[in-house]
Amino acid sequence: MRYFGDVAALARKDLLLELRSRDTLPAMLLFVLSTLVVFHFALPAETSETAETGLLWVALLFTALLGLVRAFVAEREQRVLDGLVLAPCDRSAIWLGKGIGVVAFLVLAEVVALPAYALFFGPVGWELVVAVALADIGLAAVGTLLAAMAAASRARELLLPLLFLPLVIPVVVGGVGASVSAHPGRYLAFLGLYDAVFAILSWASFEYVVTE
Amino acid sequence: MTVIRARGLGRDFGAKRVLRGLDFDVARGGFLVVTGPNGAGKSTLLSLCAGLLAPTSGELRVDAERAEIGYLAHEPLVYRELTPLENLDLYGRLYRIPERRERIGMLLERFGLWEARHERAESFSRGMTQRLALCRALLHEPRLLLLDEPYAGLDEAGTELLDDELQTLARERTLVVATHEPERVGRLATSTLALA
Repeated sequence: MRYFGDVAALARKDLLLELRSRDTLPAMLLFVLSTLVVFHFALPAETSETAETGLLWVALLFTALLGLVRAFVAEREQRVLDGLVLAPCDRSAIWLGKGIGVVAFLVLAEVVALPAYALFFGPVGWELVVAVALADIGLAAVGTLLAAMAAASRARELLLPLLFLPLVIPVVVGGVGASVSAHPGRYLAFLGLYDAVFAILSWASFEYVVTE
Repeated sequence: MTVIRARGLGRDFGAKRVLRGLDFDVARGGFLVVTGPNGAGKSTLLSLCAGLLAPTSGELRVDAERAEIGYLAHEPLVYRELTPLENLDLYGRLYRIPERRERIGMLLERFGLWEARHERAESFSRGMTQRLALCRALLHEPRLLLLDEPYAGLDEAGTELLDDELQTLARERTLVVATHEPERVGRLATSTLALA
């Protein structure tokens, strides 16, 4: 129970920081909305549903990346991560608390993105909503771990996309598949499996990322 | 009984050798003053003792759990967007401090930050930030205190406050203090380590 108390304190802190600074969420909202507007005007009228869905996933992926680039900014600037690492809590709680914050920002961005997609392109089915929800967990799990790795590096702005994008290709495959396939269940199960595997790997390896 | 024991301790950053072949012991209740010019490795040594860095060579044994170490770094290790109360409350929860609110209130009073408890740390002067950092380092009543330039940024009142605080702490805790002003803490020191 103490572990989840630590996670709650850390996640609450991230939401409070965003409420105060408003650095990340407005940028994510503006980015995903403007990307969908650009796609709406850039694509020819006869574009297939598969292509439109693919573009939605590209927009969501880069929106997540935008949030992840800023995920550890507060910790890096004041070396607060050292303070958190020294605390006698399980270090994976730092990853989980941060991951919950990332999921919260992604969900808020999608609350805007999905209705915008429905407005510009076509209806949003339940499969797409479930796929996006499952993808959020995977993106946050992998992204938070990689963001912590990148935060310790000088080339962090370059390193994070280079590591993150190849690792989340399965999320795009599963997400697009679930959205356009006649049998979305298989793709949703694939996304669930991806979430489980990468959440466990990230949870277990976070300690080694933030310590020498 | 020895709290810190270093033998042949060395630390490199890439090709740059910052510390080499250090041997020293700090006994329980001891007060080690670490001196040396800029770049001599004082901060690196404290980071090694805190467990934030690993030695490149030699051996370093610190007989203290994470919960028993208080670390004051160059940076305050607090969130600028949060208030002193929010920062200390977060650390208080992570350190599982019993009667957290009372302890935080007492520290903020002692370090003259009570009136500013609801102000964001980003609006603080260097001295106030240092006072907040000291509150954070002392919050969990650590057995081993590692203080890197504790007087940095403090005004006269803050300096006198810290003098009193160190005098009290030296009686009951083990301290390692890295400073440019060894004469300030010299009378409390039980040993000195001069880095070149």
